[in-house]
Amino acid sequence: MSQPLLSVRDLSISTVQDPRILVNDVSFEIHAGEAVGVVGESGSGKTLSALSVLGLLPRGVEVSAGTIDFDGNNLLSMDQESLRKLRGLDISMVYQDPMTALNPVMKIGKQLLEVIESHEELNENSLDRVRQALEEVGIPDVNRAMESYPHEFSGGMRQRVMIAMALILSPKLLIADEPTTALDVTIQQQILALVAEERQKRNMSMLWITHDLGVVANLVDRLVVMYAGRIVESGSVKEIFTNPQHPYTSGLLSSLPTTTDKTRKRLTSIAGVPEKPWLVGNTCAFAPRCSFATQECRSQAPHLVGTLEKSVSCFHPVGRAR
Amino acid sequence: MQGISTLRRLFFSSTFIRIASAITTLFGISIFVFLVLRVIPGNTITGAFGIETGALNPQQIAELRHYYGIDQPMIMQYFSWISSFLSGNFGYSYATGRSVFALTKVALPVTIELAFIGTILGVIMGIAIGMFSARKPGSFRDFGGQLFGLLALAIPGFVLSTAIVTIMANKFHYFPNSLEYMAPWKDPWMNFQQMMFPGLVLGIAVAAPVMRTTRSALLETIDKDFVRTALGKGVPARKVQFKHVLRNSLIPIVTMTGIQFGYLLGGAVIVEKIFAMPGMGRQVLEAITRREYATVQSSVMVFAIMFVTINILTDLVYRRVDPRIK
Repeated sequence: MSQPLLSVRDLSISTVQDPRILVNDVSFEIHAGEAVGVVGESGSGKTLSALSVLGLLPRGVEVSAGTIDFDGNNLLSMDQESLRKLRGLDISMVYQDPMTALNPVMKIGKQLLEVIESHEELNENSLDRVRQALEEVGIPDVNRAMESYPHEFSGGMRQRVMIAMALILSPKLLIADEPTTALDVTIQQQILALVAEERQKRNMSMLWITHDLGVVANLVDRLVVMYAGRIVESGSVKEIFTNPQHPYTSGLLSSLPTTTDKTRKRLTSIAGVPEKPWLVGNTCAFAPRCSFATQECRSQAPHLVGTLEKSVSCFHPVGRAR
Repeated sequence: MQGISTLRRLFFSSTFIRIASAITTLFGISIFVFLVLRVIPGNTITGAFGIETGALNPQQIAELRHYYGIDQPMIMQYFSWISSFLSGNFGYSYATGRSVFALTKVALPVTIELAFIGTILGVIMGIAIGMFSARKPGSFRDFGGQLFGLLALAIPGFVLSTAIVTIMANKFHYFPNSLEYMAPWKDPWMNFQQMMFPGLVLGIAVAAPVMRTTRSALLETIDKDFVRTALGKGVPARKVQFKHVLRNSLIPIVTMTGIQFGYLLGGAVIVEKIFAMPGMGRQVLEAITRREYATVQSSVMVFAIMFVTINILTDLVYRRVDPRIK
């Protein structure tokens, strides 16, 4: 395969004061036109990993090790101005909560226009492009919408606006941070379909972050499963769903509700709660909750080994062994 | 039926409620200031004659009481004053022999000009230093900004005023305020010189609370999601600071500015006195020592009306600043 569009290598993220590791030694890559899903529970470090790509980590949190290469340039050593020029133009992001992600006192049209304004000279076509971007995501009565403020829209409509804003300059990479979590289930499906369609149309790469395996199954090509700030398993969607090797992944899959199961059993869940990333010592992070854990798992940390098609970080992978 | 519902809508509309509550407030203030003036010892006679009041015989005192109108029952005095206030003549000032309205017409523009200058200087300084401070909380520059805020808050206006007057007049023999007050339309240059120092003193006093409000409002806004969105769009950091962070922090800043402006319109009594500005503050102060009831009452009512007006205007500004406020 050719050089990846985005390549994250050995990325660690920690707090600045009283350093606590939040993301530990994470590596993954996204090729041109490819969609990768990052799955994990709250606090597994998936959002931080995504924010670090754009250099938008919250105050008090910083990248402590690793590299992030985009199109051959290391984003972490880039100066502020060059990084700014990438944002919105080459890499865009859609956020989790559409209710708070838009500026409440700025008209929708102006907020979209601002993206264009930040990267090129405005001309008479600029407003038409804003209009077109809003039309593409299915906003009705676009002219009125452009003159409206965010509070006049529902959550689903706001997320459409966010998507229009992210796509207006046709970025190479779209980062979506649980964009459907805050929405109703029916609206979720609409947004998922919209993103899938737009991605297809533009042959855009995508990094989709979610805690819901069911959401991404039909949307992405490959999956990265994170647990306590570490990658436990990664591979193609088919491999992960049909042949999960890490006990955590297989636990996640068996806790998914199905519509075909008629037995009316309780949903299975993984016993225990995830360890805080910074409290994990030199062991397997999942060992305390794992029924296959041995002395080996508690005395040293496993490494992610395998190929792009399939990698796992486990001493006792399930699947073939059983 | 139609008529009743229209009436009802009018009755419960926010503008109506606001104006009604403003009128109620003003009515309350008129009674309060009237009563307070009667409670403090002395009256117009002692105010005019001082210790020589003791030399007056009962006959003379009775005549003077009648002359000043304080022999009337309280309720009559109140209605006599409030009707002259509402008729627009504001009552009679015995010491100057003119109507309080005539006095106010001269004094009010001075106070308003001073309040404007003080507020504008204060808001510019306050927002600038607040933004400077909030840029990097906990840093050395933040410390500097906060130190300014604390000093400006801690140094009383009369100390600063006296210091300026002393230094300028004594060392540089420059004290334009000792000359007759010049309105800006008569002699703009002289007016500027006379307004410069008192305006600066008031500006510093306004800057302190505005700076602190700005700083905390900015720090609260800066972590909001939409700020991250703006940065994620590639908007330059400086523009994000102004168009997203500051713009969304304006509500508390506008509130604080409104309060401070209203406060300055209430006559910066001490500063006006020290700089010998013939404004409302000085007018009230002198009227209190003379116990000129009508002058004090009417002047306080003018302050109150301006304060209430500022409040209503602030509400209107809110609606411009934040489209979510209806």
